[in-house]
Amino acid sequence: MIKLHIIDPDGNEYETQTDIGGNLMTVATDNLIPGIDAECGGSCSCATCHVYINDTKQLQLLGEKSDVENMLLDCLETKRENSRLACQVSLTDKQDGLVVHIAPQM
Amino acid sequence: MVPSPIVAIGASHASVQLAASLRHAGYSGDIVIVGAEPHLPYNRPPLSKTLLTQQVSFDKTLLRQQSFYDKHNIQLKLGARVKSISREDSQITLDKGETISYSKLVIATGADPIVLNLPGEQLKGIGYLRNYDDAQSLMPYIKEGKSAVVVGGGYIGLETAAALSNAGMVVTVLEGMERVLQRVTSPVISAFYTKAHVTRGVNIVTNAQAMEFVGRHRVEAVKCSNGKSYPADLVVIGVGVYPNTSLATDAGLNVTNGINIDKFGRTEDPNIFAIGDCTNFPCHFTKTRLRLESVPNALEQAKSAAAYICGKELPHQALPWFWSDQYDLKLQIAGINVGFDDIVILGNMEDEQFSAWYFAGDRLLAVDAINSTQDFIKAKQLMSEGQSISKQALKQDNYKSHR
Repeated sequence: MIKLHIIDPDGNEYETQTDIGGNLMTVATDNLIPGIDAECGGSCSCATCHVYINDTKQLQLLGEKSDVENMLLDCLETKRENSRLACQVSLTDKQDGLVVHIAPQM
Repeated sequence: MVPSPIVAIGASHASVQLAASLRHAGYSGDIVIVGAEPHLPYNRPPLSKTLLTQQVSFDKTLLRQQSFYDKHNIQLKLGARVKSISREDSQITLDKGETISYSKLVIATGADPIVLNLPGEQLKGIGYLRNYDDAQSLMPYIKEGKSAVVVGGGYIGLETAAALSNAGMVVTVLEGMERVLQRVTSPVISAFYTKAHVTRGVNIVTNAQAMEFVGRHRVEAVKCSNGKSYPADLVVIGVGVYPNTSLATDAGLNVTNGINIDKFGRTEDPNIFAIGDCTNFPCHFTKTRLRLESVPNALEQAKSAAAYICGKELPHQALPWFWSDQYDLKLQIAGINVGFDDIVILGNMEDEQFSAWYFAGDRLLAVDAINSTQDFIKAKQLMSEGQSISKQALKQDNYKSHR
């Protein structure tokens, strides 16, 4: 089990415990955390699970983005350097303590 | 007395979203989801893609883990078919005789494959792709070097053909009409996909209707209306679906190519809603009534119905969108192109990276984006906001596609 801190666009904080092996999108949807629409069910098609990872070290630990993820993020006006799509963030032991800010919806 | 639960019939994308949205909106009463399949609700699109060829395990396709249903007090009654709806008593009856009362009933029964019923269809190695059990029954016949015939050149048929070809099978697609995808897209896109499949080794035969399946115990060949016979160790049939409306019809609800609902998911019975592929709804964009086979549409309708049940009006007016994965080709469709009179192509079809923009007069109706996610998102945003873009701007590349 790892611990995640997720902050929704309104600033509400959620602390969740989750098994490793899944992805960040499903943690958010399983816990009914608002702001993650996950329209495409995690097939990297819709860019409705946009999050920010503010901590540089934690961001690096998530690894490189795929071309498709980059392309999708490029379409978002709310994109920042530390943007990720939650469906593409796999959870391992290294993500224990990860702090995630859900991006505002457009 | 404890109020009756909200009951959803059908345990797939729509019902799971409904339950999540109800809890999200603060509904604290009981929720019961009744599903005919024995499995936890799962993601259906991979059935014709990675799940069929076992590139992804079934566990990975679950919409939610069991813990989600436990945590949010959502009761699943799986492996149970609903026999009838009694509107007078506000209850449903299951096939084994059990009755469940409802405060609100949500019908989310989806769509079932059209069955051909051709001679020889009972042979082993022939199947449809509606659910996981269907996919499992076909898996033993997926073998490298063996032959597969896919009956039907729609999206499901072509996705299946791509998956089987990727798995090393020799694949033939039999399409009854003049071109593949005829019912759903333009000749340009049909031609593109035909070429894409042919160059990857799939045989596409059009104007070809399957007539008979031949074999002793298991299928060996498919006889076709063009007089030819195609060898087959495996046959997958995907010739369209029909909405599962019999429960609604039997209950006297209004059904015309889907259960008739309004933008809140309401049927004419104030206690009965319907959502997902089984519905016929007023589309905010086409201004016509539609029935769609689409996960995003099911999710949006579920959100609208859940909101309405909780006393909030959240009309369903999301832009219809779809996707199809074949080989390394990622197709994303925004909008509905019915009635287009012109197409503008951006990008290069030869490179398999382009988008087709459909117009009726000056109005943008839809965009098919192939390996061009940015065009898709841009178009989806434009249309969702009720905007268009001039053909001139597109052609002059005023619109940057960042390629």
